[in-house]
Amino acid sequence: MPEQLLFAAEVTLNGLMAGVLYALVALGFVLIYKASGIFNYAQGVMALFAALTLVGIMEGQVPFAHLINVIFGTEIHHFGWEVPALLAIFLTVIVMIIFAWLVNHFVMRHLINQEPIILFMATIGLAYFLEGVGDLMWGSDIKRLEVGLPQGINEFIDEKTFEALGYGFFIDNLDIVATIIAVILVAGLVIFSQYTTQGRALRAVADDHQAALSVGISLNFIWVLVWSIAGFVALVAGMMWGAKSGVQFSLSLIALKALPVLLIGGFTSIPGAIIGGLIIGVGEKLFEFSIGPLIGGATENWFAYVLALVFLCIRPQGLFGDKIIERV
Amino acid sequence: MKKFLATALATALLAGPVAAELKFPSLDYRTGPFAAGGIPFADGYSDYLTLLNERDGGIGGELISNPTCETAYNTEKGVECYEALKEDALVFQPLSTGITYQIIPKASVDQIPIHSMGYGRTSAANGKVFEWVFNYPTNYWNGASIGVKHMLDLNGGDLNGKKVVLLHFNGAYGKEPIPTLEALSAKHGFEFSTLPIDFPGQEQKSQWLKIRRDKPDYVLFWGWGVMNQVAVQEAANIRFPMENFIGIWWSGSENDVLPAGEGANGYKALQFHNVGSDYPVFDDIQKYVVDAGKAAGAGDQVGTVLYNRGVYAAMLAAEAALTAQKIHGTSKITGAMMRDGMEALEITEERMAELGLPNFGPAFSISCENHGGRGPAAISQWDASSKSWSLVTDFVDPDEEVVNALIEADSAAFAAENNIAERCN
Repeated sequence: MPEQLLFAAEVTLNGLMAGVLYALVALGFVLIYKASGIFNYAQGVMALFAALTLVGIMEGQVPFAHLINVIFGTEIHHFGWEVPALLAIFLTVIVMIIFAWLVNHFVMRHLINQEPIILFMATIGLAYFLEGVGDLMWGSDIKRLEVGLPQGINEFIDEKTFEALGYGFFIDNLDIVATIIAVILVAGLVIFSQYTTQGRALRAVADDHQAALSVGISLNFIWVLVWSIAGFVALVAGMMWGAKSGVQFSLSLIALKALPVLLIGGFTSIPGAIIGGLIIGVGEKLFEFSIGPLIGGATENWFAYVLALVFLCIRPQGLFGDKIIERV
Repeated sequence: MKKFLATALATALLAGPVAAELKFPSLDYRTGPFAAGGIPFADGYSDYLTLLNERDGGIGGELISNPTCETAYNTEKGVECYEALKEDALVFQPLSTGITYQIIPKASVDQIPIHSMGYGRTSAANGKVFEWVFNYPTNYWNGASIGVKHMLDLNGGDLNGKKVVLLHFNGAYGKEPIPTLEALSAKHGFEFSTLPIDFPGQEQKSQWLKIRRDKPDYVLFWGWGVMNQVAVQEAANIRFPMENFIGIWWSGSENDVLPAGEGANGYKALQFHNVGSDYPVFDDIQKYVVDAGKAAGAGDQVGTVLYNRGVYAAMLAAEAALTAQKIHGTSKITGAMMRDGMEALEITEERMAELGLPNFGPAFSISCENHGGRGPAAISQWDASSKSWSLVTDFVDPDEEVVNALIEADSAAFAAENNIAERCN
């Protein structure tokens, strides 16, 4: 096989893997948009907050330690214990459920029947609030995430492709794990929404709030549920991205990668988020590989948004999004 | 003297706000995506000035004020902060190449010197054109040439046929070393190429797959923020020899290597000052500032690379102020006087030892023509097991032949564009 073709195949595979990571972020947006029509600007910050909380719990960090020390003149930073990863993940999920309840209780339920732009603005406020609280609670330093996720080149794939093709492909072990987790997550979400009572209720709310209310579905409960699931998805995304870069403020910027994915896949489709992620991942990597060197490189962010723009022009609702029909 | 100062201070406090302080404003970034790098520098800068107040009663008998303004590393906010703090300011450390470029014209009008230490506009080293801007002790072009000198040392002085890649932030800061590296490539015969990374740099798979395919001998790295941590992790992932991966000083702090764990072992970075906390000045900072509850931050950054850089910047500012006081025979100096002090600054090893910083940085002197100093830097290397940086070379002088010619050309172009007549004649 010609060398350039091998390289292109390697780039495509890595693009697919990167796409899965983008899709993980996009999933959180889709869940909340589907259930409530809210574009949750805070989804990226939720990933940051969840990852910060996970590391903080694992390391036995005292939340708000700096604030406590300043107010009371104490010198406390750690509880002196470490929490195993699985238990810490479980505790973080509980924190995200509490967060979901707080968001619904103090923000969202007061905004029922408001214009979507009002709800969107509320999530912008929520994002800034959460950024500040995250910093205050766990500090601004970069934290290493040690939950046992494997990283580095997959030896097996490297060896086998070298034997077969004369060129060893690079696939990151972390990307493989992320793909497996994404598949499980999507399967779980599909099963939940199709085969459980709560899932059906969630779909009913997504279809029509008022009709769902009229048959006795609690909107408050559904919103807490969906924000909790989005919090869990944010935790998974935060863990995957945090393993690559350490847990730090920049994790909140991963939302930037989710926007073109949503525009392509549609805001209301879970499979759309996955397909959109894969299209963006492969597209941007192949473009950077083939055209990038001719125009100075660093084309990935640019390409993702240009591709999304093209899709918007051709199919505004995205590949799998619901077609918007407004009667006048 | 101390009694007199104490009485004077008490009287002044009773009388109302202190007006005659030496004002060293700080444009900090303790929030936002770059906070992890901004906090230690801001802590170091403020803590050293607090130390001077607490231990020495300020500079030349004048207390120091250090008002701060949060920029979040945002250029617009940085300019607003400059405007808010410029009254009576002695010197600004913009802490961002973007902010530096924006306030260069303003500072010239307001007659406030800018000290962009190891960042900003490289050709500002030419004091004949840039009257109000200083970038001592070194700059990006020097850094690039010292990186190449290190490669030459490792290859018996011959880089012919070697491949060098510049992996860089796709913006003004990251592109700064390109002209220097192109000139050095022509001089030493190495093959040079660039690989830009878009902000914020969390996804660098394309760049590292290319590095894996092309197998360059060395990768030079100009990154900042999350870009640094991801690059080090990706280099470890593809098993790039870390000793051949060399970052600029803004890509060489503990923050950049700790997330990658053992994988970061052997990564190198340029430094224009020494590393670690084994210096007498840190004992004083602990005693007079941290233990006294007067630290700017949590007091947990003392001795980290970027904290040391903040201390170094504050020390150089304080020494320039002291020089200005001597030149003008008054302790109450203005921004214009401060500029004179910066132009006459002389840092010797004896003085550094006196200040509790022996062997911390190279000796250098500044003049009307030379606002950049000699420009030496050293190579540091990360040891993942002890989680510490150490210098593995002495402070090395840059390739002045190449760098000075570029500075002359760039500053001449700036002077022509802005109709600036050369000074120092």
